[in-house]
Amino acid sequence: MIQAMEGYWNQLRRTRVWQSVFRSGTGTSNLHRSQVVQQSIFLHLLAVKVRKRAVSFRVTWYLGTLSTATFAILVVTGILLMLYYHPSTPEAYADMKDLQFVVSAGVFLRNLHRWSAHAMVLLVFAHMFKVFYRGAYRSPREFNWVVGVVLLTLTLFLSYTGYLLPWDQLAFWAITVGSNLLSAVPLVGDKIRFLMLGGHTVNANALLRFYVLHCVILPLLAVLFIAIHFWRIRKDGGIHVGGPKPAEAETLPHA
Amino acid sequence: MSDTLSAIEPPSELTRRETLVRLGVGSFAVAACGACVFGYRFLSPNVLYEPSTIVNLGKPAAFSAGSFTADPESGIYAVHATEGFYSLSAVCTHLGCLTVWKPDAGIIACPCHGSKFDRHGVKLEGPAPKPLPWLKVWLSDEGDLMVDRSVFVPPNQYLRT
Repeated sequence: MIQAMEGYWNQLRRTRVWQSVFRSGTGTSNLHRSQVVQQSIFLHLLAVKVRKRAVSFRVTWYLGTLSTATFAILVVTGILLMLYYHPSTPEAYADMKDLQFVVSAGVFLRNLHRWSAHAMVLLVFAHMFKVFYRGAYRSPREFNWVVGVVLLTLTLFLSYTGYLLPWDQLAFWAITVGSNLLSAVPLVGDKIRFLMLGGHTVNANALLRFYVLHCVILPLLAVLFIAIHFWRIRKDGGIHVGGPKPAEAETLPHA
Repeated sequence: MSDTLSAIEPPSELTRRETLVRLGVGSFAVAACGACVFGYRFLSPNVLYEPSTIVNLGKPAAFSAGSFTADPESGIYAVHATEGFYSLSAVCTHLGCLTVWKPDAGIIACPCHGSKFDRHGVKLEGPAPKPLPWLKVWLSDEGDLMVDRSVFVPPNQYLRT
């Protein structure tokens, strides 16, 4: 049975259509395996080979992978929620309530989106602390640390813009307080607040602007920076696995 | 021949390529500045569908002497004190939450971060950096009590009717 499946699989991989899409062809040699990674636009961000230690749980606690996984859940559930949500007043609040009480599986998707959002913020922070305490931000990975800080900021902005969308009292006052914090920026604070809200108060314009930021601009930026982040892991010599440097290992401790 | 050419054309330090690159970069910079101005102007709405800052509170006789009336819709307090009428902004000076009048304690309290003010808007406690501003109050030609939420006046200016 398994052999027959494998036979069909290899037959499929030998077809012209398959080979026009996946150029690497058949084979299990190291070269072929490398080519599979190198010749895919998605996989080429990743390294062809990783050290066994780099994929052990101990080194990373898989926090980066888990952050990415929550992001993927948020994209999928977010797109589904968009199908029932109008970013206008007063429909937004009613749509949110409809998702909870009327739409089949709506409450599940909404809660999955909400809890994944909380989890992502938590995981991104945990990832940052893990990288910091393992010293993985050091040369040659300084730039990837910076990309990570950008991703942290994007995560927080995504969280903040999503906060307004239910259009309930909590959302309204949280954004009122948050946007008033922005006014404290010297000279341009009030202007930035005006541009962000599209008015002087949190109103329909603000809701629409936050919706566009939350569903289009910030996710696109996040995908872009996630791609750079992954690609830089490969370019910086893979995941930092730690361990003493040879020079330090050879140094005798003080007597 | 080359001598005559150099005599006519002063030697330029820029090659053709450099000149074109500078032109290209220059026009890109001009276009980028234009895009910034364009973007800024596009993002600033020219028409706002926000409620008027001027509030008509109706006839002053509706406010009994000593009354302290909250109007959460417009975010103001209308007070009929012994000295006359005055109006306070109900928007907390800390981070813009709507404050609440507590008639039992005779104070104004903010639910967000716990600032408290007395009936004249003076801060009693909490993180608010400033007292609640006094608003411009006047009588319309029809004799209605009017408040402009956008015009702050110095405290202790009362309207006598």
